Amino acid sequence: MIVADRKKIPEIRDMIAGHDKVLLVGCGTCVTVCLAGGEREVGILGSALRMALTLSGRPKVTVHECTIERQCEDAFIDILAQRATDYDAIVSFGCGAGVQALAERFPKMPVYPGLNTQFIGILESQGVWTEKCSGCGNCRLAEFAGICPITRCAKRLFNGPCAGSRDGKCEVSEDRDCAWQLIYDRAKALGILDQFDAIAAPQDWSSGLDGGPRKVVREDQRIAGLGPKA
Amino acid sequence: MSRQDSSPQSTSGVRDAEPLILAFCCHYCAYAAADLAGSMRLSYPDNVVVLRLPCTGRVEVNYLLAAFERGADGVIVAGCLEGGCHFQEGNLRARRRVERAKGLLAELGLEAERLEMYNLSSAEGGRFAEIVSEMTNRVRRLGLSPIKPGAAAVAAGVQMMAQQAAERVAGEACGCSCSSACAE
Repeated sequence: MIVADRKKIPEIRDMIAGHDKVLLVGCGTCVTVCLAGGEREVGILGSALRMALTLSGRPKVTVHECTIERQCEDAFIDILAQRATDYDAIVSFGCGAGVQALAERFPKMPVYPGLNTQFIGILESQGVWTEKCSGCGNCRLAEFAGICPITRCAKRLFNGPCAGSRDGKCEVSEDRDCAWQLIYDRAKALGILDQFDAIAAPQDWSSGLDGGPRKVVREDQRIAGLGPKA
Repeated sequence: MSRQDSSPQSTSGVRDAEPLILAFCCHYCAYAAADLAGSMRLSYPDNVVVLRLPCTGRVEVNYLLAAFERGADGVIVAGCLEGGCHFQEGNLRARRRVERAKGLLAELGLEAERLEMYNLSSAEGGRFAEIVSEMTNRVRRLGLSPIKPGAAAVAAGVQMMAQQAAERVAGEACGCSCSSACAE
């Protein structure tokens, strides 16, 4: 899932400084699961924001909240279309994709981000999320015993650990596991250590973000005449 | 319950300088302690509004913020002694939520000291009276909340929260797993 955390209240308060009627929009998908921008969190932030506005001398600013199932899909934004006309700004508590989807849907409405989108990750333990995938567009997990050196090695090394690996930890931080220690341990357990006799090829970064925003097209799923051209 | 009525009166007769304290009280400890304080004829400030919950684990961060938004000058969350929760760890969860709410209050510009979590047993009527007095004195030092809406809005907010709390205790809208408490 996409993991995010919320912006500080003063930052959000300052973002909406020029608006009198603001709608906070939560998202019921990834950011609900990572406890950043779901219905409950948006309710909390709405309450906090109203109080912050009162304390900064703007008690009459209207701040309302709502949460839609999914911000990153236009069909789910439909439910907002009528309501949004009552406001002069939106603060999205979706990920960066959600913020931009709302902005595309409401071209005349300022849409501000309420969250800082962090990464694609997993729930490691209650209240702890860790990054697992960089979305490089060319997955090579099969070569590395299912552990991604691009995301989890600070140096993105493909051919073994650096000299900064100590007792299974990365030199960057003592609470960060060395990805190559994890890869070695898992490969050993799986009995596939001989895979590492060969030199791993460099990554083909042409599928990554460096070439600009990417697009996935499934022609068999497309409906003629609907949506933008691929 | 015996309560002191020492609050200053405005010229209109409304106690507009007296802080409003909301106390989210666990049914099994603090609420019983408040009852005991009354039975013991102990005096404590009359500006506290007690909201009974089946467990302080029912307290969410948005309840705490909503209390301040609707005009509370101070909020008490009073649960069982640690290790003594009827639902095992409701009071421990409540403490973490109170800490988070305090962080949010500080972030938005309101004194975090206006909110406090206490632990006590149902036998501590005297302690309940002490807690209310302590919190009232603390909030008096801080002054009334700058967020406080008008008196009518405060009364409506308190009435609504009390009604919601009563409904939850009656098990009508609890949504938690504490079936034995909700069934009461």
